[in-house]
Formats: sequence, C-alpha cells, structure tokens
Amino acid sequence: MSNTIYIVICVILSIAVLVGISLMSKVKTAVAGNLLSALSVFAGMVVTLLHYNIVSVWSIYLYILIGVLIGSVLAVRVKMIQMPQLVALLNGIGGIAAALVGILSLLGIGVPDGGYPAFERFTAMLAVVVGLVTFTGSMVAAGKLHKLLPQKPVILKNHEALLKISLVIMIGVILFSAFPIDNTFWIAVVLIVSIVVSSFFGYAFTIRVGGADMPITISLLISLSGVAGAIAGMALNDLLLVSVGGIVGASGLLLTQIMCRAMNRKLVDILTGKTSVAKPTTELPETEEKAEVTQETDAEILKSAKTAIIVPGYGMALAQAQLLVRQLADKLEANGTNVKYAIHPVAGRMPGHMNVLLAEADVPYEQLYEMEAINDQFVETDIVIVIGANDVINPAARDAKDTPIYGMPVLNVDHAREVFICNYDLNPGYAGVDNPLYKRNHGIHLLIGDAKDSLGRIIDQIGPGNPM
Amino acid sequence: MNPVILVLVFIVASVVGYLIIRNVPSLLHTPLMSGMNALAGIIILGALVVVGLSDSEATGARLAGQVLGGLAVIGSIVNVVGGFGVTHRMLKMFDKKKKSGKS
Repeated sequence: MSNTIYIVICVILSIAVLVGISLMSKVKTAVAGNLLSALSVFAGMVVTLLHYNIVSVWSIYLYILIGVLIGSVLAVRVKMIQMPQLVALLNGIGGIAAALVGILSLLGIGVPDGGYPAFERFTAMLAVVVGLVTFTGSMVAAGKLHKLLPQKPVILKNHEALLKISLVIMIGVILFSAFPIDNTFWIAVVLIVSIVVSSFFGYAFTIRVGGADMPITISLLISLSGVAGAIAGMALNDLLLVSVGGIVGASGLLLTQIMCRAMNRKLVDILTGKTSVAKPTTELPETEEKAEVTQETDAEILKSAKTAIIVPGYGMALAQAQLLVRQLADKLEANGTNVKYAIHPVAGRMPGHMNVLLAEADVPYEQLYEMEAINDQFVETDIVIVIGANDVINPAARDAKDTPIYGMPVLNVDHAREVFICNYDLNPGYAGVDNPLYKRNHGIHLLIGDAKDSLGRIIDQIGPGNPM
Repeated sequence: MNPVILVLVFIVASVVGYLIIRNVPSLLHTPLMSGMNALAGIIILGALVVVGLSDSEATGARLAGQVLGGLAVIGSIVNVVGGFGVTHRMLKMFDKKKKSGKS
C-alpha cells in the first residue's frame, strides 16, 4: 500500500470515528454511531495489517480469536448492574495492552524503523507509564465498584509524599529513556523501576478516591487510556493510532468535565482526595420520635395522590427492582396518578446508569426527567417515592458546609408533601453523610429493607387499581 | 514519520475530539462512556504491528514479541469487542423503548 493511500485512509477512518462519537451523543442515532465506530476500528485493523505487510503472520489471528471469544462472553453475560465495573475492567485491560506495546517498542522489538530513536524511546516509556497507571487505576476502580475493595477512601501513610515521589521518579525515567542506552542491564533496570513505580502510582491515586467519585475517576481513566494509545502510536509511527487515541483522550476528558459539573466538583479536588474524605457530620437537632404511620393512611395517601415522582438510585439497581418500579408506576397510573421519574445526573454509579436500567424495564422515555427539568415541580407533587437513593436526595448538600457532598445539586425531594423512602437501611450513602430527611417527623414514610420487598408492599397497598 | 507531524496530528485530533461532544443528554453518558472505552482499545493497531513485525526477528525477540505482543492483542481485542458489545446492548434497550412508546 502506498504511503499516500495509507494517509488518506487514516484521515477517512479518523473522521469516521469522530462522526461515530458525535452520532453516539444523540439518542436517535446512537446505535448507528456505535456500529460506525466499531466498523472503523475493524477497518483500521485491516489497513494496519496490509500497510505493515503482516497479513501472513498466522499467530495474530489466533490471538484475535481468543480475544473475540473472551470479549463476546463478557459483553453478553454481564448484567446491566455490573456495567460500571465492566467498563473499568475493560479499560484496565486496554491500558496494560498499551504498556506491553510500549515495553516492546522500548526493547526495539517489532518496531518499524522511524529514524528518530530518541523520540521513539521517550514516547515508548511514556506509553509504559501512562498505560500502567491506567491499568492499576482501573483495576482499583473496578475492585471498589465490585465491593472487593473498601468503598471509603483509603489513605496510606505519607500518601501525598509517596505520590509526589512516584511522580518525580516517573518523569525521571521517561526523560532518562530519551538518552541512548546501549547496556541491556540498564534498560532492564529503568524498565523495572518504571513498571513498579507507575503501577504503584495508579493504585495510590485511585485508592484515595471515594466510591461516590468513581464515575468521574473511570471517565478520567478512559481518557488516559486513549492518551496511552496515542503515545504508543507515536513510538510506533502509527498515524491512525495517534489520531484516534487523541480523539478518545480529549472527548473522554470532556465527558469527565461534564460529570464534574453535574456534581459541582473540581477535578483537582477529587484527584487529591479533598472532597472524598467524609468528615463526621454535624449532628442535626434530634426531632421527636417518628410519628407511627398506620397502614391505612399510607394506602390512602398513595391512592389519593394526583401526582407522583419516582426517584431511583443505586439501591434500585442493586435489588434489580426496575421491573417492580415499572409495575408500581402502572398501578399508580391506573389509579389516575400522573407519574414522572426524576433522574439525578449521578444517580447510580455512572451518569445515565438509571436510564439504562429503566429502559430495560420499558419505562417510557418521555416520563424520565433530568434534575433541572423537574426540581421545581417537587413542591406541587403529592408523593415522592425514593427507591434506593440517598446522597442525591440529601438536603444536607445544600447547607452542611463541612460535608463532602456540600454544594452538589440534589433533588428537592424534601419539598414534596409525602415522601416514601424504600432504602435498604438508614446508614449514610456512598458519600458517608447522614441524611437529615430520615429524621423529619412528618410526611416521611420509611420502608426499610430490600427494595423489592418494600415496593411489593407499596403495590399491595394501592390495591388492584381501577380496571381500565 | 516526523515526530513533529505526529505530535501535531495528536493535537489536532484532541482539539477536534474535544469539540465534537458538546451537548450530550445525560441519558447517553453511560453508553457514550462505554463506547469511548471501546474506542480506547484502538491500541490494538499498535499490538498488531509489534506482533507482526517481531515475527521476522531473532528467536529471543520473536518470542518476547509473540508472548507480550500476543497478550496485548488479546487484551485490546477484549477491550474492543467487549466495549462495543455492551454499548450496543445498552443502546438497543433505548431503541426498543422508543418503539414501544410510539405504538
């Protein structure tokens, strides 16, 4: 393949990826966008095999086959609730692939001759470092989301100092690798130091982030893995890899910013662990005993409600209760209640997570409202039914200055007349802040336990509903 | 290829990539994130190159290229296939819902 044709194809494929991403950001065209992106990657692989004259290396196809098998099993088998950790896991695997490519380029194995050895070694080492930070960081994120690691931020002794020292060492080895090293022993030493230190850095940097900030961290790590790819592409002189890696790096970073804005946080604060560290909350004045609400009144309130807003959270995902939520909404509607869903931008573990789950239960798209669209309507709403959400409805975010969620926009659930809360327990949510709403003595109906059971109880109370 | 060109390509791609997603409804954040993750598996191209080119090198280098590079190919393919696969699954659910909403 001539060089000009190759460059033209690279440009076309990069544009295809861009179009794919932009199509993916609109509901109607999202499926097509995803397919286009997938097709571009596939075409990129074919072009690469042809361009480097490596079509005949049979082992490649074996590796691809193994990868396709594992990948498809993961894609088909994973439950929607496990999405966030799967994305983190896949991202980590991509990160280590970039690091492996970087290691091989540094050792001069399988590198096309580019004629700029210093630049190639420098970028190869950079790819190793960024790739490994992505790998261990994503693994810690996946572990936290899968509850294999503690959700609370873990702070090591001299955490800040350790991170700074690792950063300096990482920069040091990257710069050092730009100089010609002929001695194999020294190459090995530099490589091992960089592997150990960058793996540690990825671990230390993610373990300090609290569970509530995981979506942002994953998004940042995705961006980082794109950058790692682009840098590895520089080491290999691969135009397409550089350009697509750059696109993913930048758009991943933008997505990270969009999420930060939704949570009213600064990226720097999250990365330095500032907002994640939950401090003991100020005790709010204890109100008198919760008024015992009898079953009859509960049922009456539910039946007589004209308007209802359902607020789903991660608890709904955990209990796999989305189908029951749909049933509840149907029951309410059969009773003449107008039902809407309020989706907080960061409800669940990833933005849009709730939409995916509710879509699974065939909830009509028009009933889902984003926070800004619905927040003023809580005042005039008869009942609010909260299913496994805590931090996103915590009024403490508005006024409790010393809590990690202070300043985060929350759903104005407390403005509604009657609030039903179906949560697993009364413990603080992911962010570790007590919810004063639980202690309010009027208009709060707490249904503690598995969301499925609580929803079942509510549905029973509404009764069979009016036949249509 | 000249390093300056490569760095320029990187910068241009980044700027364009940054401009392309302005208004994403939060409904699509998760699928977009997962699609982007699949695209980050583009490192497959690099993995293919090192495996392919190392095949004609001396025994030691060839072995290292096949083992480490092979792992890189497997890993990045898992990332690409798994990533696009789950994204497609998620988006299909939105599609289904839209149709049922209309009927």
